[in-house]
Amino acid sequence: MGLDFRIHKKLNYFDLDVDVSIANELLVIEGASGAGKTTILNCLSGLTTPDSGHIAVDDRVLFDDKARINISTEKRHIGYLFQNYALFPNMTVRNNILYGLRNKRGFRHRQERREMLDYADYTMDTLGISHLADKRPTHISGGEKQRVALARAMVTRPALMLLDEPFSALDENTKEKIYEEFMAFKDTLRIPTVLITHNHRETELFADKNITLKEGRII
Amino acid sequence: MFEPVVLSLKVATIATIIAFVFGVFFAYLLTKKNIPGKNVWETALILPMILPPSIVGYLLLKVFGRRGPIGAFLLDTFGMQIVFTWIACVIAASVVALPLMYQNAKGAFQSVDRTYELAARTLGSGSFRVFRTVTFPLSGPGIVSGIVLTFARALGEFGATLMLAGNIPGETQTIPTSIYYAVVTGKDEQANALVIVMVVFSFMLVFGLNLWLKKKNYRGN
Repeated sequence: MGLDFRIHKKLNYFDLDVDVSIANELLVIEGASGAGKTTILNCLSGLTTPDSGHIAVDDRVLFDDKARINISTEKRHIGYLFQNYALFPNMTVRNNILYGLRNKRGFRHRQERREMLDYADYTMDTLGISHLADKRPTHISGGEKQRVALARAMVTRPALMLLDEPFSALDENTKEKIYEEFMAFKDTLRIPTVLITHNHRETELFADKNITLKEGRII
Repeated sequence: MFEPVVLSLKVATIATIIAFVFGVFFAYLLTKKNIPGKNVWETALILPMILPPSIVGYLLLKVFGRRGPIGAFLLDTFGMQIVFTWIACVIAASVVALPLMYQNAKGAFQSVDRTYELAARTLGSGSFRVFRTVTFPLSGPGIVSGIVLTFARALGEFGATLMLAGNIPGETQTIPTSIYYAVVTGKDEQANALVIVMVVFSFMLVFGLNLWLKKKNYRGN
């Protein structure tokens, strides 16, 4: 159980070369910008293809160049929190959160849909964003956006959670409070989670395991 | 006097619908899919806008004429003639206006922030659903501009229409061809009236569009 990945990819200025295994815990990848952090997330999510390597979540192979396996992004069952949260501006908060559920096969069956919607309500409640349901993302604060994006990534019950600098878009005043909230939230995830950051404090606070990247290599 | 106005509106409306469907389809295909010969397609789609309308009309005549590949097929199988009917007006207007719709749609699709599309994919959407639920709705202003400009262009189509549909009063005579006919036969009053209708209407269309786009930008959506 957990996440295993070995990724090799030629980048413009250096080669990305990493080999990591984690259980259902939180891995922090730290490094300066341009060290290859986001490329790792993109390889894990299938948005970029490694030159060679192997990626598996809970023994389900997502990528393997030798076995010629490369599952497309939409079938990888991942939750991806983008740096700027990427909430769809044309939808309400509720529709943002339900977006991924509508892609699930079970959504067409009444019973399963009910369960999914209940879980969405529960998630929104837990994250304290129920009162924002009918608002547009442009009308909520940075911290609220982050929680909505987390809820959106979580409700599909992904097998792997990827967090791309989840706190960098927040202003310093609210950061501390959100760190505190995230501490509590992190324990509810119970899936392999990869968080990338250039802020060492976040490593100290959240990492079950951590690596530091420099020019594509673990140092 | 009213017949050309009614016919022009009918032709422009249908032509806009056709150009919308094809314009959006090609814009989607050429921006979101890997099509062989992409650059050739892109260039070919713009050609009707830069070629003289007489050439477009001539080529359409070769295709839809009695001896043209499509014209002959329609005549033989359905007994249907295209040339010199109002359908010819629609074809000419659609083809000439298509590049405007295509260009606007393409620009709109490309200007959508890619992270929204990537986010949709991570949430389990295949490429068409990403387009339908995210790219297309977020392209709203560009698509609306495309529709309005396409309609205005279709309404003003003259050269290709004259070549393919002729200038038969009550059948294929649109506002622009009617103005030409009125001037040639010395009916200045009729020409003046139609020119005013055309200028005022086109002005209002583009004026309204600009106003709407500014309001939209101001709201930040």
